[in-house]
Amino acid sequence: MPVFVSTRGPETFSACLDSSGRVASARTSNTPALPCLGRYQVIGGIISPVNDNYGKKDLVSARHRVAMARLALQTSDWIRVDSWESEQAQWMETIKVLRHHHSELLRSLPQMEDPDQGNASSPASTAVPELKLLCGADFLKTFQTPNLWKDTHIQEIVEKFGLVCVTRAGHDPRGYVLDSPILQRYQDQIHLAREPVQNEISATYVRWALSQGQSVKYLLPDAVISYIREHNLYLRDASPERNEGLPAQGGPAPSFPTSSS
Amino acid sequence: MENSEKTEVVLLACGSFNPITNMHLRLFELAKDYMNGTGKYKVIKGIISPVGDAYKKKGLISACHRVIMAELATKNSKWIEVDTWESLQKEWTETAKVLRHHQEKLEASICDPQQNSPVLEKPGRKRKWAEQKQDFSEKKSQEQTKTKGVPKVKLLCGADFLESFGVPNLWKSEDITKILGDHGLICITRAGNDAQKFIYESDVLWEHQNNIHLVNEWITNDISSTKIRRALRRGQSIRYLVPDLVQEYIEKHNLYSSESEERNVGVVLAPLQRNTTEVKA
Repeated sequence: MPVFVSTRGPETFSACLDSSGRVASARTSNTPALPCLGRYQVIGGIISPVNDNYGKKDLVSARHRVAMARLALQTSDWIRVDSWESEQAQWMETIKVLRHHHSELLRSLPQMEDPDQGNASSPASTAVPELKLLCGADFLKTFQTPNLWKDTHIQEIVEKFGLVCVTRAGHDPRGYVLDSPILQRYQDQIHLAREPVQNEISATYVRWALSQGQSVKYLLPDAVISYIREHNLYLRDASPERNEGLPAQGGPAPSFPTSSS
Repeated sequence: MENSEKTEVVLLACGSFNPITNMHLRLFELAKDYMNGTGKYKVIKGIISPVGDAYKKKGLISACHRVIMAELATKNSKWIEVDTWESLQKEWTETAKVLRHHQEKLEASICDPQQNSPVLEKPGRKRKWAEQKQDFSEKKSQEQTKTKGVPKVKLLCGADFLESFGVPNLWKSEDITKILGDHGLICITRAGNDAQKFIYESDVLWEHQNNIHLVNEWITNDISSTKIRRALRRGQSIRYLVPDLVQEYIEKHNLYSSESEERNVGVVLAPLQRNTTEVKA
């Protein structure tokens, strides 16, 4: 689950989230493009691939997923991959991952000594970074699925940490927030990032295209595509149920003038 | 079908590419997969032909930059390349002419004389090829009867392009006929039914429907150059929407701003200017 780290600081700039749920922010901009987000300065981003024991369909081994994420982020100077979650012996609840990364963050803060008083070191008195969970609107919706989440966890996620949610076509994140008592109570901690450029690249589609032998160039970084080919990943689309909108059979879409779906 | 029986195809994309985006590049990949998937065609090359500055579109920055960005974007492509002929013309050049230019260039580069072509040993053979091609195009109505030896240049586009045929004075009707009759269209669209309806409602499109290939775009990809420019004006990131090299180039040269967006404001678009002038004449 991707997360990002933020801290309240004097500089203001827009933290615009891009389509894949990654924070694509203009860190050097001087003008607050989105005034309502002027309170934050994003200082880092973490992608945390889920553990294999999550058991999701079509999930390839974590070592591949971590490797691919690393390749994808080679050129990023602020987003990194963390494999802690994927290396655990069992699947971890999101809240545990958040707690882990938060404590890691606190531990890594510069410790400052007061030269005058010779006191023991304490964390810098400037703002303590906050860790927020970054997700798509589809994720927000899963809070409604019975038995998927513990209420106490949802509460801790929004109360103690906070959520940054990127909109996604076909979803109504504002509605999801208002429909949930817990989310509504902490709605100030839930930031809904508008995505001006709709870009519906889903991993499901990419896996399907690969299984059909179709090109995914320009949907994934070249380095990730090479990795997939080298390791023969996603060759078979094992899933009999498909996402709505994908063709029932492989091959090219029907051509004019036959009736298309 | 044997490879030898397949028609070789070159995909040509004309447009502003102001700037080029991942969406433009995806059009090529989708079209290639589709055409190769029919079993009747073999896509051998893709060409990006950025429009010349004389097009006078609002916000159009210098062709020099647009060409360089397209080249950076296709650096890692084995089959897509950038062609500067159109951008180097002093006057704006109609799409039909660009298509014809590339078709002729392609045919001139084929060395072995096919049965459809005369023996060309005289000087000025290019002209002869062009004339011969003109004759053949008039006689032939279906591309399947053309021999494999002559690759076909087809126009690659999105649905908005198809619908632009309906804009008054934007296109000359004889140009639409040339584009569809002599070459053909590969149109990537996510609203296939709308495109089919548009074709149905147009006599000229309907007549050439066999030369119009509609390719479904399963994932909604809204990365338009307009939105990229807007995001840049607002200090928002365009990372992962355009190739990294393009994003770096834009940043380095500070290409898009409110000022650049004001270019050509109040100026009539070249095709509208030309077509209305000619109507009056």
